[in-house]
Amino acid sequence: MPPAQPGTVSAADAAPHGGAVASPGRPGGSKERTVQLEVLRYNPDTDTEASFQRYAVVCPEEGVVLDALNEVKASVDPTLNYRWSCHMAVCGSCGMMINGEPKLACHAFLRDYAGVIRVEPLAHFPIERDLVTAPDDFMEKLKRVKPYLIPKESKPIDAGEYKQTPAQLMKFRQYSMCINCMLCYAACPEYGLTPRFIGPAALTLAHRYNQDSRDGGRKQRQEVAATHEGVWECTFVGACSEVCPAHVDPASALQQMKIASSVDWIVEHLIPGGNGS
Amino acid sequence: MAKSHKPVVWFPFAAGGTVIAFFIPVIVLLTLLAALGHVPPGLGYDSLRAFAGSSLGKPIIFGVVALSLWSSAHRLRCTCYDFGLRADTLVATVLYVAALAGSLLVAVYLLGMPAA
Repeated sequence: MPPAQPGTVSAADAAPHGGAVASPGRPGGSKERTVQLEVLRYNPDTDTEASFQRYAVVCPEEGVVLDALNEVKASVDPTLNYRWSCHMAVCGSCGMMINGEPKLACHAFLRDYAGVIRVEPLAHFPIERDLVTAPDDFMEKLKRVKPYLIPKESKPIDAGEYKQTPAQLMKFRQYSMCINCMLCYAACPEYGLTPRFIGPAALTLAHRYNQDSRDGGRKQRQEVAATHEGVWECTFVGACSEVCPAHVDPASALQQMKIASSVDWIVEHLIPGGNGS
Repeated sequence: MAKSHKPVVWFPFAAGGTVIAFFIPVIVLLTLLAALGHVPPGLGYDSLRAFAGSSLGKPIIFGVVALSLWSSAHRLRCTCYDFGLRADTLVATVLYVAALAGSLLVAVYLLGMPAA
């Protein structure tokens, strides 16, 4: 929606809205509202367990939950800890549970929430401090699936670039959009129940490189992906694809990997001389 | 880490899921229509009985029933696991044996069925 011109009042602005007040100092006369937050706090130096703390701050109506947290930190409680960087759903740092749902705080619009907004650290990860979680498990799994191009054939630089057709690009493009925000891990009940599961984002990135026409590393990645802790731990709940802020579809990537791994298995076990390449 | 042997159970599950998606809604619809007295032309008892007794119909019916049973058993196993019932070997054994027994019963019934 284009922003309203300064000094004008749009129909939306003129509509009555509970708790909102006009802010003449802002362009377009946008409204502000008092946002109530219930934030899970944990200080490893002093606390034995995490507990909720209430905050009330005034924020622009068109703001996001991250704005409210920034307002808390700036004017109410500078000890509140959370990660963020880009404020535009690109860096993937501000993933947290907002009213029980994994969301990027910069992508959770205040207008979509009424009443007290409950903010907790990303589920299924150990809490480091307040809303900051330790991503070590994900980082270790990401490394194991070798999420980088392993060239099928190496050629000298003067032989030119590795070319790809648009169709070849489309086979993996959406899977390369992952921003490593880990929302899919927080949403995945399987990862919550079985922490050794390699998980949606790491396997999807493995699939992204497997599908790349320039890549020859699938056999190496299958050593992790085709194990019980790899794609076979997935029961196709599909929550990963629902929460992904980058519109990647990890559930589809894992199903495609299951089909390919099954074909491998048949070649390896049922076809004489098959080596499951 | 060893590669998983799960494709043995997953491939028939995936095939069964496809079969269920395509056939079961049609069968439910036709059964409901028949129950309400509207049997579509060509799908009366005599023609379906002739199909079921034919050498083409028997493997098709067996395939639809066996794959659907297997798929449902595997889906139920995964659902139990997701709901926290972690006695997976026991759950898998009970459900897969039930699916195999059902498939065997269908096979025995079809083999004993004379052509119409």
